[in-house]
Amino acid sequence: MGKVTIPIGPQHPALKEPESFAITLDGEKIVHMNVNIGYNHRGIEKSCEGRTYTQAMYILERVCGICSHTHATCFIQGVEEIAGLEVPKRGLYIRTMIAELERMHSHLLWLGVAGHEVGFDTLLMYSWRDREIVMDLLELVSGNRVNYGMNVLGGARRDISPEQAKEILKGMDLLEERTKYYIQVASEEVTLIKRLSKVGYLSHEDALKLGTIGPTGRASGVDTDTRRDDPYAAYPELKFKVVTDNHNDVYGRVIVRLGELIESYNMVRQLVNNLPEGPISVKAPRKIGPGEAVSRYEAPRGEDIHYIKANGTEKPERVKVRAPTLANVQSVAKMLENGYLADVPIVIAAIDPCFSCTDRMIFSIKNPDGKATGSMDWKALREYSIEWHKKQGVDFSKAKIR
Amino acid sequence: MNEEQVLKKLTEKFPFLNGNIRIARARRLFAEVPRANFREIMEYAHGELGFTMLCTITGVDDGGTIGFIYHFAAFNGVILNVKYGVPKDKPVTRTVSDLFPSAEMYEREIIDLLGAKIEGLKEGRRYPLPEDWPECQYPLRKDWDPKKGAGKEEVNKNG
Repeated sequence: MGKVTIPIGPQHPALKEPESFAITLDGEKIVHMNVNIGYNHRGIEKSCEGRTYTQAMYILERVCGICSHTHATCFIQGVEEIAGLEVPKRGLYIRTMIAELERMHSHLLWLGVAGHEVGFDTLLMYSWRDREIVMDLLELVSGNRVNYGMNVLGGARRDISPEQAKEILKGMDLLEERTKYYIQVASEEVTLIKRLSKVGYLSHEDALKLGTIGPTGRASGVDTDTRRDDPYAAYPELKFKVVTDNHNDVYGRVIVRLGELIESYNMVRQLVNNLPEGPISVKAPRKIGPGEAVSRYEAPRGEDIHYIKANGTEKPERVKVRAPTLANVQSVAKMLENGYLADVPIVIAAIDPCFSCTDRMIFSIKNPDGKATGSMDWKALREYSIEWHKKQGVDFSKAKIR
Repeated sequence: MNEEQVLKKLTEKFPFLNGNIRIARARRLFAEVPRANFREIMEYAHGELGFTMLCTITGVDDGGTIGFIYHFAAFNGVILNVKYGVPKDKPVTRTVSDLFPSAEMYEREIIDLLGAKIEGLKEGRRYPLPEDWPECQYPLRKDWDPKKGAGKEEVNKNG
């Protein structure tokens, strides 16, 4: 049988994000694969050049919906370095705590997606339910489930109260118990092990050559972690180990991420228990530089890197962002070589490409008098929704919900 | 090898770099090098000094020149940033994707956004701008005004 090339994407049921693949098949086997990305280019780097440092920080927080804190933090670390700002310890601890809470929700989300892609939807339901614990903690601390806005130039925006600290510690215990169960599932559940082993194979040598980073690289034995190698924020004071694995396949990527979850729980415990007293931020100047800095940050998906050039004005001269997926997407073609077409979704998902997600929210709305704003609970939101639909000519008031 | 040792090794091997490398802080080196010597410096840093990872390549519009900054990382966390400039009216350089396969996307980005020409890069699709993006419109150049846009509407009308 001759070789066939089929296009997958940019819009395809198996993909969560616009990206496209041209896959050349010999029967069911993949002979060659071309990856095309760039469908989501929003011109954020250019847009930062026209805005102040604070505005740019908020824009950069929106690079990604899952790991929003990473880009904002990576950017301001660089700006603070140029400005010579010394961020108070308490501010750094809070920043790091949000970073680790974010990693938890990102890894738990990934675990669910991975389960879903191999038809193990119970895992999706379980891990996403548990993810709510950390989402609630993030909401408790920052007021938001995504795009926390916890940074200001020179420190953290919000302090952590002793009550919040207590809640966080409670959440860690619950999550640790659940994660230990997932580790047990991953090491004993034969179907899962068989489905993921030898799938998406990336040898140690190829991982090094292709510059693969983050959990994807660590699952191929690439022992790098910016938190340890180039420590920033509060990481120099934390005890943790970098989880690596030598399975070199999707199964290894599951093990690494589950191991990292346990490390994250311990890190957050250390941060909460040793939270230093004092201010959370220092006043930052409006004009920065001139100067340049390269800032690195270990995001849930791998290393984030920002280059910032300041010219002495209120706006940056150049901001360059390298998100981890751009470094990892190039390894996907290698992973799928000689693999099967049916493995495409899980192998792509296994590098954890970044896709934005919209979560539930407290609906903020103007009161009928048009003056004050308030928030709605679910009941009020439902009533509002029924009214809204009535105006569109559909009556949902009889619809029953539990 | 820490940043001090890297600086010493580099200036020993390439005496003309003396005064052109600075240590910005722990684990951060910035070097400005002549275009002609870039390749040998990169090969030396890759082969002898352990800078085996290319984090990314930043393109900068410096007015008369387009600057290329290569961010090389070693496993111990040291980053060596090597910069050279090419004239804006002839922004041509050579690919490093033979040594660092991951460079391909970073180089395509600079081609699209800053209008550089990179010789030796293998055939492939553009990144990250859309296929119908008009020619000679380079968004990251300082004289490119986002408010005016790319004039794409007109192009679409004509074509």
